[in-house]
Amino acid sequence: MSQLFYDAAPNATRVSPEREADRHYPEKPEAVTLFGTCVVDLFFPEAGLDAIRLLEREGVRVHFPQEQSCCGQPAWTSGYRDEAKAVARAQLDILDQSGLPVVVPSGSCGGMFRHHYPALFADEPDTLKRVEALAERTFELTEFLLEVCRVQLADRGAPSKIALHTSCSARREMNTHLHARELLQQLEAVERVDHDHESECCGFGGTFSVRMPEVSGAMVKDKTRSLIDSGAVEMVTADGGCLMNINGSLEKQKESFRGRHLASFLWERTNGDNAGEVA
Amino acid sequence: MSQRIPVTELTPDFRGRAEEALADGQLRNNFRVAMDSLMTKRANAFPDADEREGLRELGNRIKAGALSRLPDLLEQLEQKLTENGVKVHWAETVEEANSLVHGIIEARKGSQVVKGKSMVSEEMEMNDYLAERGVECLESDMGEYIVQLDNEKPSHIIMPAIHKNARQVSKLFHDKLGEPETEDVNQLIQIGRRTLRRKFMEADVGVSGVNFAIAETGTLLLVENEGNGRMSTTAPPVHIAVTGIEKVVPNLRDVVPLVSLLTRSALGQPITTYVNLISGPRKPDELDGPEEVHLVLLDNGRTGAFADAQMRQTLNCIRCGACMNHCPVYTRVGGHTYGEVYPGPIGKIITPHMAGLDKVPDHPSASSLCGACGEVCPVKIPIPELLQRLRQENVKNPEQPQQVKGGGAKYSRTERWIWRGWQMLNTRPALYRSFLWAATRFRVLAPKKAGPWTENHSAPVPARRSLHDLAARHLDQNGGRPS
Amino acid sequence: MSARANILGKLRNSLAGTTPRPDEFDERLVTAPWRYAPEDRIDRLRSLMEAVHTEVHQCRSDNWPELVAELLNKRNLTNLLCAPSKEHGRALQAYFEATEQKVELLAYDQPVEAWKEELFWNVEASLTGTLGGIAATGTLVLWPDRNEPRLMSLVPPVHIALLKASEIHDNLYDMMVAQDWAAGLPTNVLLVSGPSKTADIEQVLAYGAHGPRELIVLVLEDA
Repeated sequence: MSQLFYDAAPNATRVSPEREADRHYPEKPEAVTLFGTCVVDLFFPEAGLDAIRLLEREGVRVHFPQEQSCCGQPAWTSGYRDEAKAVARAQLDILDQSGLPVVVPSGSCGGMFRHHYPALFADEPDTLKRVEALAERTFELTEFLLEVCRVQLADRGAPSKIALHTSCSARREMNTHLHARELLQQLEAVERVDHDHESECCGFGGTFSVRMPEVSGAMVKDKTRSLIDSGAVEMVTADGGCLMNINGSLEKQKESFRGRHLASFLWERTNGDNAGEVA
Repeated sequence: MSQRIPVTELTPDFRGRAEEALADGQLRNNFRVAMDSLMTKRANAFPDADEREGLRELGNRIKAGALSRLPDLLEQLEQKLTENGVKVHWAETVEEANSLVHGIIEARKGSQVVKGKSMVSEEMEMNDYLAERGVECLESDMGEYIVQLDNEKPSHIIMPAIHKNARQVSKLFHDKLGEPETEDVNQLIQIGRRTLRRKFMEADVGVSGVNFAIAETGTLLLVENEGNGRMSTTAPPVHIAVTGIEKVVPNLRDVVPLVSLLTRSALGQPITTYVNLISGPRKPDELDGPEEVHLVLLDNGRTGAFADAQMRQTLNCIRCGACMNHCPVYTRVGGHTYGEVYPGPIGKIITPHMAGLDKVPDHPSASSLCGACGEVCPVKIPIPELLQRLRQENVKNPEQPQQVKGGGAKYSRTERWIWRGWQMLNTRPALYRSFLWAATRFRVLAPKKAGPWTENHSAPVPARRSLHDLAARHLDQNGGRPS
Repeated sequence: MSARANILGKLRNSLAGTTPRPDEFDERLVTAPWRYAPEDRIDRLRSLMEAVHTEVHQCRSDNWPELVAELLNKRNLTNLLCAPSKEHGRALQAYFEATEQKVELLAYDQPVEAWKEELFWNVEASLTGTLGGIAATGTLVLWPDRNEPRLMSLVPPVHIALLKASEIHDNLYDMMVAQDWAAGLPTNVLLVSGPSKTADIEQVLAYGAHGPRELIVLVLEDA
């Protein structure tokens, strides 16, 4: 990642960053900020609410600043750096108001905070310090539940077989697949089945899905096929973008199989009530 | 002999070629099977993740170290090679390189060239250039031979004919060589062996690429499995090696980790069957080997990439092909869809410097940025980061000075305004909340068609209430306390 | 301006004001994972080479010529290219004469141009020595010279190589350093790790692509 080069002479030959040491996790804080993400905000709000419920059940107070919007990723991955930076700066200002740890129910947005904000602000030393502090206190939801809250989930649901899809950026930037697997393992009656080419991208890639619909479409078709063939009754994922991509494709193909957000799945399995109830 | 591939002639743009490739079930199956197998082989070749990561880091440091003193190393290489009796030539463009190669052949009155596998010679389109001047240039790597016979270009940098299956090769050998049809791969290879053996013997000149050029000793290192590289560099009286200026490494010992990274990443082999270190022509008391050895050092845009510290990292590449083997896009569309010499993720980041970004404006976007390429790159080129950089260069105003050759090809005033609007929406909380309010309240009015999205998906319908609403109500009810 | 000056000039310009990166070579990374107890080296080399279709025999200095005769006869080979100017060539010649072997021994004693046709089409097998072996990767190291020229181990369809057990090194790095290769390399150094092969059609492995179809290694355990 580029953030390690900001202090190098501009034309110096670059080396890859040192390998990241295992992340050191803090004690469970009293309160956190939930950064909902724009996709969850508009399309899967129940998942965001379930994330709040899961955190509250662990005794963590949740703040949801009403000024938040999007992390800036769509513009950043489209090459619109200035626009991405303006949006990123707005989020940084909002999240810095309380300075609380930030929990994100979407791995790729968490990765944006942790790995791409430093690249965006590489040329602003003062902002960069704040960005690094944000990166340090940002956690993907499953990571936070597992490593910071050290959650112990008591499964109250009926036996079920599920498949897990992890977004690529979450997998590679945040190790989310391992956290999610461990959480699912705590659920006694849930069997997680592997699906073919599990680590392969679902084809979303943000604006890739509309810039290259032919290739993206082929990728999501392969992904939905392997999910259906896995023998699972449903898919769970901790990333809103992938969820929108996979469910949208399944619906278009008139398949009954569906995926849902891991937060909703966990809440439903462990709460006993119907999860994701939207008023 | 024409080297143009029909596919690239028919369909001018990446998306069009991708659509054709995606509709070809045989092609897709050939690639899926091959890439799956190559991924498994690589994984098995690196059983210890710590060892792998340590070696990748070392590979990165060696290449970065070499680049940080590249001009000095090139001079040292030239000096050592010259001392060893190798003639060194420099070429800024492919035209210059071709003309140098042709000049050497002409001086020997050569008419037959046999070529080991060389991607740089593909860059040069050397076969075409020499054919136009009456010199037959025959590919001797089995895969290269097959694609040459079919007037195609390689679809993979390591496995040039990976898009073909045995049946297709059999038909090709039958049609072009009059051989009886057989799907037995061993028999097909023996046909190639017989045909090419005579050529090795008769050729006036052998051409090869270079995997690593060692400055310390003045040595050219080539890896291969078939023996065609050894044949091409030993049997004919003249050997011409062509290579990019980025292939030089400082010390002999540097090739130990680099060769290990290369062969394990490319094919999952601990080492290739042959590693061939050439340090000069035949000495007076020796009985074989070429009388002349030449090295052509080619720029072709590399100094342009080098000028930009971020893009300079593309010159770390050791051409293993692991990025394409692991790329979900490459796996589905195959190498010919890219329409250029170097396909896949690495092709996307090096082609702009050679051909200009405006020649391949769709390439940076043809990625979901899943990161698989960067994860496996043996010299740790941050490919996704560089793709993102090229996306920025792509949408720059073409009237401004460009940092990457051919930048600004995807500039669109309309799109710029859309992102400005998006920025406004996401930096003004009141506006954003009004948008959420409207989108959720009038969700039934959501369009049934949403551009390319609805080609593959149902139309997205906003939820009844946004998370902003749900969270505010929930946290209000609980007074901000844990429930 | 010449191409050379332009290229070097552009590169230097791009590096203006920077310093070369330090040498960060770490030899542990290429040696520590590839160390073996002396008694395990042969096994390691053998298993790796056999995995890529190489025939490996363990024998002694006094019985290998007999084994060579046996291997050739089993394959009905009628000639063998070897170097009578080398000790192992003389040993083989002596044994073949003493036992009246029918296999014709050929010598590579003239420039290749003088007998290219014969070398390419009529020589059925060759026997060469080696500079040593590498346990880590299952590799033979050859430094061709006047006595055993470059094409000798490449053109004939069967290549028999003699390897002294005492010359098997753990890994390539150790061997390079022990023998100080960096001080000067011959015209050609070869690392050979099996018979010629290709997987260019459907990734199906086929042996005998352009070089030897068979590689036979005789490990001399007492040498």
